[in-house]
Amino acid sequence: MSTSESTASGIGPVEGASLYSVDNPAPVIEPPRKRTRKSPKSTRGNFEMAAWLFMRLSGVVLVVLVIGHLLIQLVLDGGVSKIGFAFVAGRWASPFWQVWDLLMLWLAMLHGANGLRTVINDYAERANTRLWLKGLLYTATVFTILLGTLVIFTFDPNIR
Amino acid sequence: MATPVMDKADATGSPEPGFGDSPYITATFRIRRFNPEVSAEATWEDFQIEIDPKERVLDALHKIKWELDGTLTFRRSCAHGICGSDAMRINGKNRLACKTLIKDLNPEKPITVEAIKGLTVLKDLIVDMEPFFQAYRDVMPFLITKETNEPTRERLQSAEDRERFDDTTKCILCAACTSSCPVFWNDGQYFGPAAIVNAHRFIFDSRDEAGEQRLEVLNDRDGVWRCRTTFNCTDACPRGIEVTKAIAEVKRALITRRF
Repeated sequence: MSTSESTASGIGPVEGASLYSVDNPAPVIEPPRKRTRKSPKSTRGNFEMAAWLFMRLSGVVLVVLVIGHLLIQLVLDGGVSKIGFAFVAGRWASPFWQVWDLLMLWLAMLHGANGLRTVINDYAERANTRLWLKGLLYTATVFTILLGTLVIFTFDPNIR
Repeated sequence: MATPVMDKADATGSPEPGFGDSPYITATFRIRRFNPEVSAEATWEDFQIEIDPKERVLDALHKIKWELDGTLTFRRSCAHGICGSDAMRINGKNRLACKTLIKDLNPEKPITVEAIKGLTVLKDLIVDMEPFFQAYRDVMPFLITKETNEPTRERLQSAEDRERFDDTTKCILCAACTSSCPVFWNDGQYFGPAAIVNAHRFIFDSRDEAGEQRLEVLNDRDGVWRCRTTFNCTDACPRGIEVTKAIAEVKRALITRRF
């Protein structure tokens, strides 16, 4: 059958002597999911399921906690201008707000940390990169949670 | 494939198909070529052909291979959307070359054709499917029953029970879904939508008794929990399987089994 303007434009034939031939083909990238001695036998367990479930449940609770928090802090009753040391001290005098803030701190930090963990798992390709990024993430998470918890429980309104 | 055109040309008595009534258009196919015996790099190569836009991309590939460049390499068997051999990335989307009409692809611009992503390219449009089938084998895609004796009668099933997993029986293992999944692209350790779809087909089969084992397999670190519900797989499936929904049903089965 007739064909006008046949064949290739764009990229011409490979110039010069090729490094590769039938007997010496170019290296092929190792296929994924290949079973090697180093690949772990099984990584089954309920951790990933628990993490997945935690994301959904904490997300629902956080919607209520965070929107409530934003309303109280920024919108209702004078908005952001009312916030000061006295306002925070007054709120934390009540165990209800202590529990609210504690819950929000823990859920938000764990929710965010778990989200970043999955991002690292999905995007960091080298094992070492993953190790360092996750190490940094877990350190920051633990530090923030512990510091925040300490402040909520040991807050002294009469500090001078 | 050109028969109707020739008939028409004969009927009107013109020596060659006129410009006005010719169904042929000139389309450019930009194909990602890779030959490990020539170069370690893959390159794009353009082929210009005259073709009826009502034909399929597979017909265009055939025309190129048979008339322009015999070294073009691709898989195809049945050419009618059943064998699942010719999944490829056409204009950036995973499709079957034998189910994609050229007129649906905007042939005014070059049509890009490349191998599916995430699997090792062996040559041109052919990839190593072994990791894909390894994940498929891992979910034990066959009927398992607890009784050891050979059955003496047919395993009966109600129409409703059959309907439960009907959608996932349609899979042709073309790998369009798995190779469209961004989680699979990362390190290829994720089981992938196709394996989960085929596990779903047996997990929700009332005759099968190893659903528990298959759920356990998919509870892996690289199992269903790595699904990010991006719906790439559902978009890519040439059989219209609701892949992401099937994955969600497996997730739900895992959770309800535990709690």
